[in-house]
Amino acid sequence: MINKDLVIIGGGPAGLSAAKLAAESGLSSLVVERDFKLGGQLVKQTHMFFGSEKQYAKTRGIDIAKILVDDVLKYPSMIEVMTDTTVVGLYKDKVISLLHNDKYIKVQTKAIIIATGASEKVLAFPNNDLPGIYGAGAVQTLMNVNGVLPGHDVVMVGSGNIGLIVSYQLMQAGVNVKCVIEASNKIGGYKVHASKLKRLGVNILTSHSIKKANGTEYLESIEISELDGNWNYIEGTEKIIEVDSLCISVGLSPLSNLLSMIDVDMKYVNSLGGLVPYIDEHHETSVKNVYVAGDVCGVEEASSAIVEGYLTGLIVAKDLGFKHENYDDLYINFKSQLENLRSGPFGEKTRNGLKEIARDQDAK
Amino acid sequence: MLNKDGVASIEQVKSRFPSKELLLKPKAITECYEEIPCNPCSTSCPFDAIYIGEDINTPPVVDFNKCTGCGICVYSCPGLAIVTAQIDGDKARFKLPYEFRPLPKKDEVWDGVNRSGEVVCKALVLKVTYTARVDRTALIEVSVPLEFLHEFVTIRRIL
Repeated sequence: MINKDLVIIGGGPAGLSAAKLAAESGLSSLVVERDFKLGGQLVKQTHMFFGSEKQYAKTRGIDIAKILVDDVLKYPSMIEVMTDTTVVGLYKDKVISLLHNDKYIKVQTKAIIIATGASEKVLAFPNNDLPGIYGAGAVQTLMNVNGVLPGHDVVMVGSGNIGLIVSYQLMQAGVNVKCVIEASNKIGGYKVHASKLKRLGVNILTSHSIKKANGTEYLESIEISELDGNWNYIEGTEKIIEVDSLCISVGLSPLSNLLSMIDVDMKYVNSLGGLVPYIDEHHETSVKNVYVAGDVCGVEEASSAIVEGYLTGLIVAKDLGFKHENYDDLYINFKSQLENLRSGPFGEKTRNGLKEIARDQDAK
Repeated sequence: MLNKDGVASIEQVKSRFPSKELLLKPKAITECYEEIPCNPCSTSCPFDAIYIGEDINTPPVVDFNKCTGCGICVYSCPGLAIVTAQIDGDKARFKLPYEFRPLPKKDEVWDGVNRSGEVVCKALVLKVTYTARVDRTALIEVSVPLEFLHEFVTIRRIL
């Protein structure tokens, strides 16, 4: 059994930021990442980020990943990193089972920050298992991490920011994006992303959904249809589009499974993407010394995940007796950054969702 | 309609342009019509010409008297939503962001495209800036016939 003060599960933007602030405060940690490298989803985000300078706005996601990883590597004696390592068990006495190189490792820790992020939602339609049908994240990994073209003629399902951004990146890679379809009657993501696509000649078809995919060995075409105000297919509006790839981008849901293993109080909150833990102002769950940061407690942009990571790392360090010398200033700073990122119309879902999972302060 | 197809109306577009007199010099046209949490245009401007303020969801407002049309905001905008525009005799000159390869070269003629993605005119490439500073978003300066001042938005390689 290995003993640790803090284990951070997930080496994406939230986990890395948490490790940095904990180390700055004097608290050592172990960061566990199941992928072969750190950075989470940032490693495939070739576009410039939104937000303000404090969250590295206008820097490309791939470069933000480098910044966050370099920050962590500045504390070699305080932050231990294990990549290619999956957490397979979490117990109430804060024992964690890790799987690394086909070996189980047990870690006893005083505190845990769960920063596992989110995974893509799937869409049910006939033949959705044909080769050539991908999640948008997989397409981004293929193109931007591995340099592999996912296909030649693609339709994107979903016009949220991920759908719009990945469509643009597909075009940059030379793929023909035939159209983006969106079930809602308006575009889901930022209009600047939509305008960028439209001026490249890509149509965004709102009030449209996929009816089925066609093909025997692999995807050959899709059938789309217009939707009425009640989300029902309008008969006679069906259209066949020949494609060799289909990209699904219909939202993310928090990867909160580990929390269920230790009976953390959870709630299904649609506006946060799915099942999320109740948390207090300090991002602590109903289980003492188990904290969360990033998309696992509500799907947002990576900018918010970074700041949530900083905030949670700062707080956990203090709770374990390592108070940062600028604790008060940093605390206010991180809280106000989050408030600012969430204060516009796009932050409304998060604002409402977070109210639903706020734990009673007295319960702590 | 912007919410449905991503195309800003002509009224929206014109609301971002200064007077013709001011346009005798290049000015930033910020096509950011929505409250999104973002402010690099404002913080990157060396002339304090773009105002957003404390709440980063506020859409940018350009002070055209301060704006020099330098183009720094053009490649700093994560939404690629800014160009500079200028009236130069019977031509309209633009600096625009470009993230496709191959890049255009000076003196080439490319297609001029409108906000719906339709080719509307020819665009003569005047200058291509691709330095470390622009961070992989090339800054392309082009000229098009003046009548396309409010219609032209980007370039496309002639296929």
